[in-house]
Amino acid sequence: MKNHSDNKTRRMLNILIGGEAGQGLVTVGQILAKALVRSGYSIVVTQSYQSRIRGGHNTLAIRVGVDEVIAPCESVDLLVALDRDTVTLHSKDLLPDGLVVLDSASEIDGDSLLKVPFKELAQERFSNIAALGVVSSLLGLDQGLMAGTLDDFFGKKDARLAAENDRALAAGVGWTTTHGTSSHKLSAVSDHPKRLMMNGNEAIALGAVSAGLRLYSFYPMTPSTSIGLALAGQAKRMGLIVEQAEDEIAAINMAIGASFAGAPSMVATSGGGFALMVEGVSLAAMTETPVVVVVAQRPAPATGLPTRTEQADLEFVLHAGHGEFPRAIFSPGSVEECFHLTRKAFELAERYQGPMFLLTDQFLADSYRAVMPFELEDLTPVRAGKDVAESPPYQRFAITETGISPRLLPGMTGHLVVADSDEHTQDGHITEDLSMRRQMVEKRLRKGGGIRAEAMPPDVEGDPNPGLLLVSWGSSKGAVQEAASLMKSKGERVATLHFSQVWPLVPDQFMSHLESARQVVSVEGNAFGQLARLIRRETGFDIKKKVLRYDGLPLTPESILGELNR
Amino acid sequence: MVTIDDYGDYETAWCPGCGNFSILKAVKQALVASNLKPHELLFVSGIGQAAKAPHYLNANVFNGLHGRSLPVATGAKLANPNLTVIVESGDGCNYGEGGNHLLAAIRRNIDVTLLVHNNQVYGLTKGQASPTSAEGFVTKAQPQGVPSAPFNPIAVAVAMKAGLVARGFAGMSDHLSELIQQGIAHRGFALIDVLQPCVSFNKVNTFGWYKERCETLPPGYDPTDWEGAMKVAFEWGDKIPIGIIYRDNRLAFEEHFPALREGTLVGLDVDPVMLKKIMNGYG
Repeated sequence: MKNHSDNKTRRMLNILIGGEAGQGLVTVGQILAKALVRSGYSIVVTQSYQSRIRGGHNTLAIRVGVDEVIAPCESVDLLVALDRDTVTLHSKDLLPDGLVVLDSASEIDGDSLLKVPFKELAQERFSNIAALGVVSSLLGLDQGLMAGTLDDFFGKKDARLAAENDRALAAGVGWTTTHGTSSHKLSAVSDHPKRLMMNGNEAIALGAVSAGLRLYSFYPMTPSTSIGLALAGQAKRMGLIVEQAEDEIAAINMAIGASFAGAPSMVATSGGGFALMVEGVSLAAMTETPVVVVVAQRPAPATGLPTRTEQADLEFVLHAGHGEFPRAIFSPGSVEECFHLTRKAFELAERYQGPMFLLTDQFLADSYRAVMPFELEDLTPVRAGKDVAESPPYQRFAITETGISPRLLPGMTGHLVVADSDEHTQDGHITEDLSMRRQMVEKRLRKGGGIRAEAMPPDVEGDPNPGLLLVSWGSSKGAVQEAASLMKSKGERVATLHFSQVWPLVPDQFMSHLESARQVVSVEGNAFGQLARLIRRETGFDIKKKVLRYDGLPLTPESILGELNR
Repeated sequence: MVTIDDYGDYETAWCPGCGNFSILKAVKQALVASNLKPHELLFVSGIGQAAKAPHYLNANVFNGLHGRSLPVATGAKLANPNLTVIVESGDGCNYGEGGNHLLAAIRRNIDVTLLVHNNQVYGLTKGQASPTSAEGFVTKAQPQGVPSAPFNPIAVAVAMKAGLVARGFAGMSDHLSELIQQGIAHRGFALIDVLQPCVSFNKVNTFGWYKERCETLPPGYDPTDWEGAMKVAFEWGDKIPIGIIYRDNRLAFEEHFPALREGTLVGLDVDPVMLKKIMNGYG
């Protein structure tokens, strides 16, 4: 092979590991990512997999940097091929000075190949760990840290397995020391703070528990499932109930029942499952019961591409539920925002007594990042219910100026708590008094004023008088900001306007930015330009140019720049 | 002491002569006999004439969606197991729209008493077939007669070894009240299927029709004998057995959860030390 060694270390690299499902590429990817985080690097992981248990072609990409990494990218520095398809499918993305790590048994020849005799290094079932050794050595990671991370991942329960893993790792490292190259060594990071490796779903789970979650009911659906898995792992220690419901309809109704009785609750699903929950959303609104609903988007209609990403359910979630009622929809742009906005959704759900939403997607759900530990000490959980003076008659749906009524919990006082999905009187009983109907509609909608007053303004970054303003929402935040800074480095006057809350929209918070830019472009992971349509509906401002991606893959700086330059 | 007056007396939206009146009376009697105060109770109901019943007595009430009472009741019971939770709704709600939830509730064995007003017809929507309508039953929606076989809730519940399976008759209010008491006292899921005439839309299964057929189980009947119960579950004809048909004392659902060791999920503080430990596990 060609020797690239020039002693120059790298500040940023994109590593793509590819193979069949079942080859352990996610395991290798997670361990490598964890070792990188422990070594002080910043990462963005992108997982792309097929909807199957074995075979097919899957990848896990780790973009790693000494400085903060905020987005995935498409060009590859280090291609780790656990199978032949990885080479054929991804060589086109390899940078001119890139390197392919592959099995020496492969008949593929060419430049930039590091052919590793995996069969000599380890038994077949440990060859992914040998590959991990090769890659960690190429990157110049501390081998003590690498071995420790590997041991932590598998635990010490099975001593023989641990010994085999250690041996395979060492064999990979040893071989690379002699036969490898120093072309892809990362610059060392000295004196770094301790960070966590967490993906969007894990951060949502942790945020929910910190906010006081007590009951989580779910029906498995990719890419939301790992929220439930994270919570199930914490249930015993944190005093939660995590229940796999018989279907999504049951899941949301169970959450509503629990919340009505005083246990803060949450459900998570993806588009199809959310479609089943929609009547329940309307029930939470009518009975004024707090519930947090996470919709992790994937490409649709119907089953769509079950394991890929998309941002096409904004309009769906905004309009889900028959009738009119207020809501808030958060669309986190990072793992940290997943944590904080989940907490915010709990707070709003409790304060305004109704359904609040978190809209994420497969990319963010599965994307591991290096995050600073959250300052848990300063965070208070929500408290279910609202105290009232014990003076009868208690009226659960008393008409108030804010629209917020005193929410007592059944069985916790001598008062009776009555809630109805039918239109109801102030004491919660079914009614067909049409003047009461009007008052109740207005009372419920008044809560929307409070939600609106608490709406977070979008993030604005970049040139104050931009020639180009990129408008985005949700998980593409980093990709859009990186695209903007790449343009800026070429002398363009560019700014970004990013919405991590997509509803309610408060035009006063952003109209001046739209109006002052020479050109406005919406950047979205859907085919309609749904945020652009919403902005037009709410403000009359028409964003004509759109950069839209709907092939199932996340927006990247390259894909955005490519479309902009077309 | 709780008295029947504690449960109030309210004007209803039911037809004169409806079986719901005697069911309501039996429910109130059972609550008094169980010495339960109104605020200790949570009634969950769905949609239909039966589902309005909880509005006509004093209790905590969650009147939710059609067919979805059981999941709501399950969530509420898990949140606060100190509540006595009773689901009251019709055959359409529980055996039709919410069929999957019935199966799940039986499997879970959640400590909830399900009271099904079973009149074999849809009343509120004015007379279409219900899941328990007899094959051939003629309605405006099924003018050639119902083409499907009726759902047998007792057989399904016994087959699944539900916690407690009973059948009552609205026309035998004291007997029904006794069944409801036993359902409430049973620690686990209890299904009480209540045969009930619909005076407006079911001209076949009338008060007289049921009265002629309903017969209490013989003395000495053993509800813990599953095979015997399966036989009884299929008796439906000139004679319809009523009473406690099956009983199983397996662990109630909520008893499985470590989180409920303290008794309830309501008002708990988040353990900051444990939370931090969990967070640092991601390091």
